[in-house]
Amino acid sequence: MHDKTVTQLAAALASGELSSRELTSHFLQRIEKADGQLNSFITVTAEQALSQAEAADKARADGKAGKLTGIPLALKDIFCTQGVKTSCGSKMLDNFLAPYDATVVEKLSAAGTISLGKTNMDEFAMGSSNENSHYGAVKNPWDLAAVPGGSSGGSAAAVAAGLVPAAMGTDTGGSIRQPAAFCGITGLKPTYGRVSRYGMIAYASSLDQAGPMARTAEDCAHLMNVIAGHDVRDSTSVARGVPDYTETLNAPLSGLKIGLPKEYFGDGLDPEVEKAVREAVKVYESLGATVREVSLPHTHYAIPAYYVIAPAEASSNLSRYDGVRFGHRCDAPTDLIDLYTRSRAEGFGEEVKRRILIGTHTLSEGFFDAYYTKAQKVRRLIRQDFLDAFEDVDVLMGPASPTPAFDLGAKKDPVSMYLQDIYTIAVNLAGIPGISVPAGFAGGRPVGLQILGTHFAEAQLLNVAHQFQQATDWHLQLPAFAEENA
Amino acid sequence: MALEESHVRRAAHLARLAVSDDQASGFVDDLSRILDMVDQLQSLDTEGVAPLAHPLDATQRLRADEVTETNQRDTFQRCAPAVENGLYLVPRVVE
Repeated sequence: MHDKTVTQLAAALASGELSSRELTSHFLQRIEKADGQLNSFITVTAEQALSQAEAADKARADGKAGKLTGIPLALKDIFCTQGVKTSCGSKMLDNFLAPYDATVVEKLSAAGTISLGKTNMDEFAMGSSNENSHYGAVKNPWDLAAVPGGSSGGSAAAVAAGLVPAAMGTDTGGSIRQPAAFCGITGLKPTYGRVSRYGMIAYASSLDQAGPMARTAEDCAHLMNVIAGHDVRDSTSVARGVPDYTETLNAPLSGLKIGLPKEYFGDGLDPEVEKAVREAVKVYESLGATVREVSLPHTHYAIPAYYVIAPAEASSNLSRYDGVRFGHRCDAPTDLIDLYTRSRAEGFGEEVKRRILIGTHTLSEGFFDAYYTKAQKVRRLIRQDFLDAFEDVDVLMGPASPTPAFDLGAKKDPVSMYLQDIYTIAVNLAGIPGISVPAGFAGGRPVGLQILGTHFAEAQLLNVAHQFQQATDWHLQLPAFAEENA
Repeated sequence: MALEESHVRRAAHLARLAVSDDQASGFVDDLSRILDMVDQLQSLDTEGVAPLAHPLDATQRLRADEVTETNQRDTFQRCAPAVENGLYLVPRVVE
């Protein structure tokens, strides 16, 4: 069962071949057996999952089942789940039982899906390797010496290892697409505002977006049908109709215009990754697409702009952790300032502190215009690059990451870690959607093809990704780990 | 724009983050490298470009001024470190 897609499992549930209780127990057993090696879950909610599964089976018996009723999923530990620990990968929230459900969680429950638990992540979603978690690093099931990527590393590793058929992630600078690429699964970052951020612990509010991580684009389409849409509780969610993302999956690609940004094939790109991506583009040509080179001239300013804007927003968002209302509080504070400063120093890890300090510094008197205003201007130029490119082509393609998954402990310098996100980060600044799909291997580790579309082009991206997955089988390959631990 | 330890100290104070002397010098190194990378922005001419705060240029929606939330004080205080009589407890501020 662990090698089946959500779509296949949903069909097996619908035909009565399988009950949700059987399916849920199967995956819980796999987690129990294998996750000691991966560390992809922070919390497993076995009891709750089994009772949700029984309710799903009952709903089905009563003729009330929807498409995804009874499907087990996992949630990145950034989504608030009522009564369940929601740590965001931080010691600060180690004792935090969320008092309410995030909109994404509410919608997934209403659709009858089962949550198996909360997945590991870089603390407050700040990282590209999942090594910044208070709960320890996650390992990549393709190679236990490699990182799974981050920040949604637990979700990616769990899906790749067949511990859960799909999981939810979030993406502020590549945190769905890069781990999806590193673990050989499919991950979609929707348009900013397409999915509600309510109850999703905030990192950088003008960039954060939730999305599905699964084996296939088709599975992502089913999950998008559940989670997308306007929410009055998130003032930045967009009031715009949601299409049925599964309806257009089989639209033919003849005449599709693909742009290859020349800046995404330059220095620093691993030759084997480049080869895999160029081979994937050839597959599209054989499906009738035309390919041309395009330019996104401000690409190299995306990481500098991001490392002003994201830390600035983070320093503001994370000011809520004050040791008073929830979260970690230091022992025996002598006065209020001591309570704040020590609770925060004890509760936050190194990378979070770095970003709070950078953000506070760049927003402070005397530096604001040179850094923050400047970065916001550059953000407009970066968005304009994409809008100009989409005048000429339908989608952009390139690698999701310049290298395959690197070794645990390989990137100790924060800046070298930041530079890993060169192909994903501009997408968040522009607010456009992007998907990473498995497209081969480099040195035995998976390579992700990234496909980008204009604002609200999720249906097109899923169609383009699905057609690739009809023509290739990279997405069906499982790491040996998934079989050894069955 | 070179970063001095005084800048780190000021940011740590503004962010209410306790930073020891040892940690401060480490942060000066790390943050200097990050700001050196960020300084590439200064080489770009942005004359006449308006800052972009929201990728879709959206504006805040308004709603009717009606009470929509119910009082959930007890629920929300259950995750607080210290409360008494419905109030959050902190060290004494006024003697």
